[in-house]
Amino acid sequence: MNEMTDNSTVGYMTDDGRQIGGTMMEMKNITLRFGGVVAIEDISFDIHEGEIRAIIGPNGAGKSSMLNVISGFYHPQEGEVWFHGTKRPTTRPYKVAQQGIARTFQNIALFKGMSTLDNIMTGRMTKMKSSMLSQAIWWGKAASEEAEHREKVEEIIDFLEIQAIRKTPVGRLPYGMQKRVELGRALAAEPKLLLLDEPMAGMNVEEKEDMSRFILDVNDEFGTTIALIEHDMGVVMDISDRVVVMDYGKKIGDGTPAEVLANQDVIDAYLGVSHD
Amino acid sequence: MSANFYYGVEVFLNGLMAGVMYSLVALGFVLIFKASGIFNYAQGVMALFAAMTLVGIQNGQVPFAHLINAIFGTHVKEFGWHVPAFLAILLTIGVMILFAFIVERYVLKHLVNQEPIILFMATIGLAYFMEGFGDLMWGSEIKKLDVGIPQGGNTWIEESTAFLGGEEFYGFYIDSLDIVAAIVAILLVASLVLFSQYTKTGRALRAVADDHQAALSVGISLRTIWVIVWSIAGFVALVAGIMWGSKSGVQFSLSLIALKALPVLMLGGFTSIPGAIVGGLIIGVGEKMFEFLIGAPFLGGATENWFAYVLALLFLVFRPQGLFGEKIIERV
Repeated sequence: MNEMTDNSTVGYMTDDGRQIGGTMMEMKNITLRFGGVVAIEDISFDIHEGEIRAIIGPNGAGKSSMLNVISGFYHPQEGEVWFHGTKRPTTRPYKVAQQGIARTFQNIALFKGMSTLDNIMTGRMTKMKSSMLSQAIWWGKAASEEAEHREKVEEIIDFLEIQAIRKTPVGRLPYGMQKRVELGRALAAEPKLLLLDEPMAGMNVEEKEDMSRFILDVNDEFGTTIALIEHDMGVVMDISDRVVVMDYGKKIGDGTPAEVLANQDVIDAYLGVSHD
Repeated sequence: MSANFYYGVEVFLNGLMAGVMYSLVALGFVLIFKASGIFNYAQGVMALFAAMTLVGIQNGQVPFAHLINAIFGTHVKEFGWHVPAFLAILLTIGVMILFAFIVERYVLKHLVNQEPIILFMATIGLAYFMEGFGDLMWGSEIKKLDVGIPQGGNTWIEESTAFLGGEEFYGFYIDSLDIVAAIVAILLVASLVLFSQYTKTGRALRAVADDHQAALSVGISLRTIWVIVWSIAGFVALVAGIMWGSKSGVQFSLSLIALKALPVLMLGGFTSIPGAIVGGLIIGVGEKMFEFLIGAPFLGGATENWFAYVLALLFLVFRPQGLFGEKIIERV
């Protein structure tokens, strides 16, 4: 089907001339079942260092389940997850986060009662090292640490152009802004791998353009590897380097946007096919 | 001004002080409810257990003395030393933290994602287990708790306010213990608020209280947070246990202070720390003033026993989320 996924540890060159690194994460024969329902069936693919990797597919194809497997929320019955060349044991979501994998959610999971600033500060959680005692008496490391991480958070706020809503409780923000804050919280962890679950769902054209720009900038400026799920074919084809296509829990295509678009199975899945 | 007016003021002040004591208990409930959505029925028993442990350690009691004597036919009772109050409090804090670990490890861990009612039932079980365990460990007789907090009417306040009301007024009678309790409660709440606002762990606590899934995704371990929350609730229980225990002795009825916290929670809201404080003050002042103004003269007295619950009922009708609680809106 395509020549690129040869499990090589060497990278490749994109059409627009960016050098992509070796394999960062590899999913090997993942199968995930909920009772009798097979959400993911024997899927393998890889994510290279520095690329933007999209997972697309119609509703109920198992895309979100796949993202939940990567981020440790779901545990597949079969298959292996390899990260940075080592096999990952069955793990917990917070441990995955500590390994440098940050994510956003399809239905936005922000801390609604907390301000934008505080929400993004929680993203620094894995980077903060002061002891409980030091925090309790606000002495030594805890105080200096707060200031230091605050600075980093301000950089992210500037980057995402959300200075105006720094102190606003996020529950009061409009949808598009909430999505942006959620991206900010994920970025605050300075992740090696950023997982975005439908970052543009429910947005208008303008908001989608903004979000696309931020995703490309994150990849470009911070060199963050990004894996995203999206419905909007147009956007996906524009910003991603390689695409995995899923349908009914199976992988039906994998390759560059151009390759995927030329794939007959993909066309059938998206446009429907006559069964005669 | 007539002496009666000043007696009214005195009742008001004493109501505030009583309110602080209620708040101390309510605070423990709020902490756990916010972080894990569990209504911890065992909070009152935790206060009792903490107070018993403190007295036991202070007096150098041998834990499980009855059990040991029954099995080995010995007659051990006390180690024969006396532990200073400060050290005993530190040791008791240690015991409460250990308790938090055990609760997380053997109870909560197995009940993740269960219905709130199941978790509530689990805490009922926990309450009765702890009560029995506490008796087994330290004995069930009434104990005197003394960590050096002054008690009895504060003569300085009494003397310096005596001039206010003329011949028949002798100055405000306020128990020194209540004043200490109020100061301790203010410090406790202030430090809890500062801790939760400006530290990493505090932020993690708030994050978990807000959204479990999101908290996991930023690398917060729910289990660690639960241990921390139960430890803090254990510490708050200890403070409440010390205050109430100093006032009325350490005995079974100490665990019933939890019942007094219920109307406070309904008033203040289950999710608000300031709510627990304000709710406690309103209940404290409300029941004392009602007794003074209406109960004693017209209703034959003893209204303090039920007034708080009636007030709470009224609140349930008109403002079910309490004064400061989060409004419950379910989006469909």
